[in-house]
Amino acid sequence: MGVMALAVIEVEDLRKRFGQVEALRGISFQVDEGEIFGLLGPNGAGKTTTLKILATLVRPTAGRVCLNGFDVVREPAGVRRSIGMVFQDPSLDHELTAEQNLWFRSRLYGLPRRVAAERIDEVVAMVDLQDRRRDRVSTFSGGMRRRLEIAAALVHRPRVLFLDEPTVGLDPQTRRKIWDFVRDLRRREGVTVLMTTHYMDEAEHCDRIAVIDHGRIVALDTPAALKRRVGGDIITLTSPDPERLVGAIRERFGAELGGEVRTGPGDEVVVEHLSGAEFVPRVAGAFPDLIRSVSVRQPTLDDVFLKLTGHAIRDEQAGDMDRMRLAARMWRGRGR
Amino acid sequence: MMGSGTREAGRPSARGGWGHELRAIYTLWWRDLVRFVNEPARLMGFMVQPVIYLGLFGVGFGATFRAAAVPEGFRYVTFMFPGVLGMTVLFTALFSGVSVIWERRFGLLKAILVAPVSRAAIVLGKALGGSTVAVLQGTLLLLLAPLADVDLDAGRVLRLWAAMWPMALALTGLGLAIASRMSSMEGFQVVMNFLVMPMWLLSGAFFPLQGVPRWMEVLMRVNPLTYGVDALRGVVYEGVPYAGRLVAHDFAFNLAVVTLMAVVALGLSLATFKAREE
Repeated sequence: MGVMALAVIEVEDLRKRFGQVEALRGISFQVDEGEIFGLLGPNGAGKTTTLKILATLVRPTAGRVCLNGFDVVREPAGVRRSIGMVFQDPSLDHELTAEQNLWFRSRLYGLPRRVAAERIDEVVAMVDLQDRRRDRVSTFSGGMRRRLEIAAALVHRPRVLFLDEPTVGLDPQTRRKIWDFVRDLRRREGVTVLMTTHYMDEAEHCDRIAVIDHGRIVALDTPAALKRRVGGDIITLTSPDPERLVGAIRERFGAELGGEVRTGPGDEVVVEHLSGAEFVPRVAGAFPDLIRSVSVRQPTLDDVFLKLTGHAIRDEQAGDMDRMRLAARMWRGRGR
Repeated sequence: MMGSGTREAGRPSARGGWGHELRAIYTLWWRDLVRFVNEPARLMGFMVQPVIYLGLFGVGFGATFRAAAVPEGFRYVTFMFPGVLGMTVLFTALFSGVSVIWERRFGLLKAILVAPVSRAAIVLGKALGGSTVAVLQGTLLLLLAPLADVDLDAGRVLRLWAAMWPMALALTGLGLAIASRMSSMEGFQVVMNFLVMPMWLLSGAFFPLQGVPRWMEVLMRVNPLTYGVDALRGVVYEGVPYAGRLVAHDFAFNLAVVTLMAVVALGLSLATFKAREE
């Protein structure tokens, strides 16, 4: 490949309207070959709509989307051949065995029998499910199912893998495993990954992140660069009188504070400072009566989101839908 | 500019065109059959209902059933057998069409929709799969024929199949069309109560067209399922002297009506599915 990385996904001024609701208000981005690219935002921000348009499941109202050189509106068949998709909701047939599911997918993508058989061996090994391949999916754990979903999405060797909230409802250990797997996949196969998430810690696995809120991209950068937008470390103080402490800090340290000082939830005061280690002893020494406890941490993408949009990514917003999904997954898990 | 190299390298080995569509139809059909074979419990469940109907209704009801001058040798359970056969095809076929609501709800459908397969192939694959399962259920039911005093030979079985296939295709098509217009399971209940139950009860499965009140006869004559049940009954009563009193139309006419119905229902399901899943 040349010096220039090729854009596998090009999105230009993408808009989508559902009746009166403007779900996407002009979104533009490019994803390079081999990149892991994240769309981050609360539920309803427009991530899933974007993904559905890219996967040819929803028609855009305006704008242009090119994927692997195919236009999503004019050449949907080309786009469909180029992508593999892992959905937020389980898409496996639980009454079929793992192998039967993979056979079903590969034949739908038009793989000849012999090729399908080879690919199935490959992907089953890749997700480490060889010894369970002849078992029904209804007997699988949540993590195994996700792995099989990913295997099914890869069986036709797509250039781009879409992951829609890939680890919702999984325990931390399984999440980590899935991430290791995705990164490994990118390294070995050069697959480009586009994922959506409303989990901040997940977004940190991406090379670049587009932060979406209310149908617009409010920031697009690497996780590290996004974090730098927050003014350094986050220092959280608890105080018997938060209001007074905020005033006092502003008065004494206002000039040197790059970031901001504000009251947090409950009795908290939150300060952003370039060096927490240097600032904490000074602030503690200055107002011993106003400070009960101190903690310092690196900024997370939650802080970034809060900073960029003025509101937090709240899990309650997602709650209902996620709970329903979880219930659906568990219910299907019982094998009907 | 996008390099053309990306584009070519991105094309997997898949071939396009008719061959590809046919393979997709076959694959969707194959999945429905695997599910049928994988789930013996469900298969048994589907068989229990007809057996109950035949056993309880057929025998119990038959004891008191008095058609206007019952002919010599008439047994109600024999009369009801084609009705139960029709019922099995009706429920199995319609359910498999409507199961698309579930598949949409639980994401299964999306996996099919993002595959490079035309919408027409998806509908045809599902319709063929559902119909095959329905006809298989019906065929299994034929094993009970001796219990209902129904004599079968190869010719009759073939003629029963000839009637069951278009019935099954029509009803799966109808189910698919309903599923394409609907998202909730609540709506499905409404359909069951106001469409399927009346369709079943007014199909002539339990009582003949002849001798019912005028309004009911009109309803039965517009009910497409009536012609399917009549076709099946015609085969069961082949060569019986009083057949004319129990069977309304000849086989060819019934078959033509049911086939027309299948074509209309499949066309409708194609149109509604395409409109919904762009």
